[in-house]
Amino acid sequence: MWNRRKEDTSTPVPSTQPPAPSMLAREGIPLSTLPARNTEYEAPAASNAGIRSATIGKSVVIKGQLFAREDLFIDGEIEGSVEMLEHRITVGPNGKVVAGIKAREIVVLGTIHGNVEATEKIEIRKEAKLVGDIRTVRIVIEDGAFFKGSIDIAKPEVKPAAQRGGSSSAPQASAAAAAASSESNR
Amino acid sequence: MLEPIGQRQVLDLGEFTQANVTQIIGLGHRLTFEDVLGLVDNVFGPGDPNLVQADVTLTQRFLDSILQFPPETFDAVLVWNTLEYLSRHLVDPVVERLHRVLRPGGVMLVCFRADTRDQITVQQSFRIADTRTLSVHPKGHRQAAHLLTNRSVERTFERFSSVKFFLSRDAVREVIVRK
Repeated sequence: MWNRRKEDTSTPVPSTQPPAPSMLAREGIPLSTLPARNTEYEAPAASNAGIRSATIGKSVVIKGQLFAREDLFIDGEIEGSVEMLEHRITVGPNGKVVAGIKAREIVVLGTIHGNVEATEKIEIRKEAKLVGDIRTVRIVIEDGAFFKGSIDIAKPEVKPAAQRGGSSSAPQASAAAAAASSESNR
Repeated sequence: MLEPIGQRQVLDLGEFTQANVTQIIGLGHRLTFEDVLGLVDNVFGPGDPNLVQADVTLTQRFLDSILQFPPETFDAVLVWNTLEYLSRHLVDPVVERLHRVLRPGGVMLVCFRADTRDQITVQQSFRIADTRTLSVHPKGHRQAAHLLTNRSVERTFERFSSVKFFLSRDAVREVIVRK
């Protein structure tokens, strides 16, 4: 049915720098074909110095609804729902989320049981485990991830430049998130 | 099988890879993944498949988890070579569920190793390069539970309306099964 191309041990080496995300968006490419990253994950404070980001540590358990107006790094356990439409959420290697997630950008290194929806991009790294349906504009998959569910690629939303600041519609809860109820098992 | 003629529901039972997602969704189809071998590893753990998959409790847990879709959901199923890694007592219920979730006229692509002598085998990762090209990548070693002859493949899919074998290179047999 298909012509077969066997690749024994030699894997293609990307010879050029990957195009910038803005280039991909301009060309209307719905799915990323960027090579998988091999670098280990860096903590948000180290990798994104200067960008506000909240962290839920690995000893923290939160049950309820979570809203945020800044990027969020989850290395603990969340059960309920997570919504941060203007920001990026990262589920760290120790993170376990049993919740639906809606965010601008979602990076998964840990475990998610629930449907995820990203208005820009989802990155699923190796060792990640995702059980649920995905809806996104772009998706980046690293070899080794476990996924069970369906993928729905949405067309990117075209927003007027004036609304990109996104100040009025964001929830009032601040910083690390307002949870309906939360408990820590430290 | 995956020609861009309208949107089809495609189920991929293989490895979750960027290449297959990009190609199938790029053709306009809706894609669902169920990583069967990942589920096997999660439920049964490592070891000789004919030994670890003999556990009755774990077998029931596996069957409770796999292919829980409504009947006649999919137009095409990419099975790849996953059936070779399932113990024989798991193959029949899995094939029965595949028959149930496939629409009438729907097709499955199943791959089998051509060399039936080699039980400890290099695991292969199948990646769709384009609509006419499939690339096969070695992916470590994994012990097959059994290796099927053409006759036993026909028996496995006897409830389907047709089974067609395709000769291919690289010691892999491709089988197109139509419901």
